Amino acid sequence: MIEKNLLYFLTTINRQPSTKNHTMKKYTYTEKKDTRSGFGAGLAELADKNPDVVGLCADLIGSLKMEKFIEKAPERFFQIGIAEANMIGIAAGLAIEGKIPFTGTFANFSTGRVYDQIRQSVAYSDKNVKICASHAGLTLGEDGATHQILEDIGLLKMLPGMTVINTCDYNQTKAATIAIADYEGPVYLRFGRPVIPVFTDENQTFEIGKAWMVNEGKDVTIIATGHLVWEAIKAGEILEEQGIDAEIINIHTIKPLDAEAILKSVKKTGCVVTAEEHNRLGGLGDSVAQLLITEYLAPQEYVAVNDSFGESGTPDQLMEKYGLTANDIVEAAKKVMKRK
Amino acid sequence: MVHACQSGHPGGSLGCTDFLVALYFDAMKRKEGFDMKGKDEDVFYLSNGHISPVFYSVLAHAGYFDKSELATFRKLNSRLQGHPTTHEHLPGVRIASGSLGQGMSVAIGHAVGKKLNKDKNLVFTLHGDGELQEGQNWEAIMYASHNKVDNLIATIDYNGQQIDGPTSKVLSLGNLKTKFEAFDWKVLEVEKGNDMEEILKVLDEAKSLTGQGQPICILLKTGMGHGVDYMMGSHAWHGKAPNDEQLAKALDQLEETLGDY
Repeated sequence: MIEKNLLYFLTTINRQPSTKNHTMKKYTYTEKKDTRSGFGAGLAELADKNPDVVGLCADLIGSLKMEKFIEKAPERFFQIGIAEANMIGIAAGLAIEGKIPFTGTFANFSTGRVYDQIRQSVAYSDKNVKICASHAGLTLGEDGATHQILEDIGLLKMLPGMTVINTCDYNQTKAATIAIADYEGPVYLRFGRPVIPVFTDENQTFEIGKAWMVNEGKDVTIIATGHLVWEAIKAGEILEEQGIDAEIINIHTIKPLDAEAILKSVKKTGCVVTAEEHNRLGGLGDSVAQLLITEYLAPQEYVAVNDSFGESGTPDQLMEKYGLTANDIVEAAKKVMKRK
Repeated sequence: MVHACQSGHPGGSLGCTDFLVALYFDAMKRKEGFDMKGKDEDVFYLSNGHISPVFYSVLAHAGYFDKSELATFRKLNSRLQGHPTTHEHLPGVRIASGSLGQGMSVAIGHAVGKKLNKDKNLVFTLHGDGELQEGQNWEAIMYASHNKVDNLIATIDYNGQQIDGPTSKVLSLGNLKTKFEAFDWKVLEVEKGNDMEEILKVLDEAKSLTGQGQPICILLKTGMGHGVDYMMGSHAWHGKAPNDEQLAKALDQLEETLGDY
């Protein structure tokens, strides 16, 4: 911590004079936790807070961190077995009866595998089901591409009435889990496997559909979701050292998109980088692009997987290989600024 | 209904008419008016949603909405969509169905929800026999017995037909009775699935078997297109609308029940 401040001081006294009159907001962390544990903690709190909340799992209780919920409310938990289509239908039926069902399995099994079930029994039937999906994206790691879904944000955002959320750290995931219980309508909540920095406020109020201003800036807008938010913060620090003032926005809710916040930012900075752990096709980037192309033209660069499947590797190796790191965001930011 | 819009599924609808009438006018304990949650009453799920003509007709006659609305079936802006849905808030419908194999799961969800609330009422379902070719059904069937969902009575419209021909030719269901029994369900069989006496009897028997640790299945042997001689015994009328001449001929045979369709 002290070394970092000293280094920062030394670099600033030698830097070219900057026109900006403020420094980047500082984000630090004292611990690393997985976002799926945030889900487990949020669900456990709901066991006490909301008697209508019920949990369902397809043989992955440990991976989804649902043990605490089961301990507190065993009669409100339903082990479905390896039968995800049935799980979605049962969740719909429970919702009809008046419960608030939270389903839990890996993101690939939560979406692609059961798309028609979600489409007909949940979305088209307007059921208040919360589809909670862990191990999303490349950071699932060594299990490889059969399990690493990179299309899920796209699939679910294309369902009318579906709310799509991708959280960035333990605290945000916990808050989101609790918030969606009070929200009427089907929700897709996406989180991940690896432990990552905990950098958002422990006591935050999660506002569905509202952008979170991570850092105000004026040279470029960086819009990030999920695991890429911390990378965006690191990118912002690197850019600051290079005299570039990045505005960093966390869009945790890809649908409904906070168009107002995004447009306000882009009108100020004139260019955008979107960053997500998802295929460049159909995710956050495309949602932002559609907004810009219809409302306010500005150059945009994508930090996303380049229409590829993943592979086995450690989460860090995979983020590096597939171009989802802070350095990739920095390069994209510099590239998009040249296109202004 | 089907003739008026020249699209729809008359065959299965006619085959299940007697059963649905028995359910809604005798077997099911129902409240006045439509409560989505189905609190303190029996509920019904139609899994083979394509027989919406008979479902809508029965719902209308049961008082969920006005019979005059039946004329809007499959028309633009209608609440009576081609396949049932909650999307237009048609009273009496709790889930969209049409893409097959999903209704059993939804019904189980409602059934276990009722048990959580100590609601002793029942969940009834109807499925096509061809529909059982969809794998999700068997996930649900396994779940129901493993979890003793004994407030569930699932009925199979056992007419032996599907779009591309007899089920025995397309994808044989084998011995459905032993299949369900192997999955640890209680099975009741009805040879004359279009005989109202037989249907009422089996529904009574099914109800008496609930609450004993096993879900119940009724294998209802019906005739597709029952009541209209040129529609009976063939898969051809699964999804074809009668023309004016055919309609007249059909109404001649069963005016009372066919007036709606």
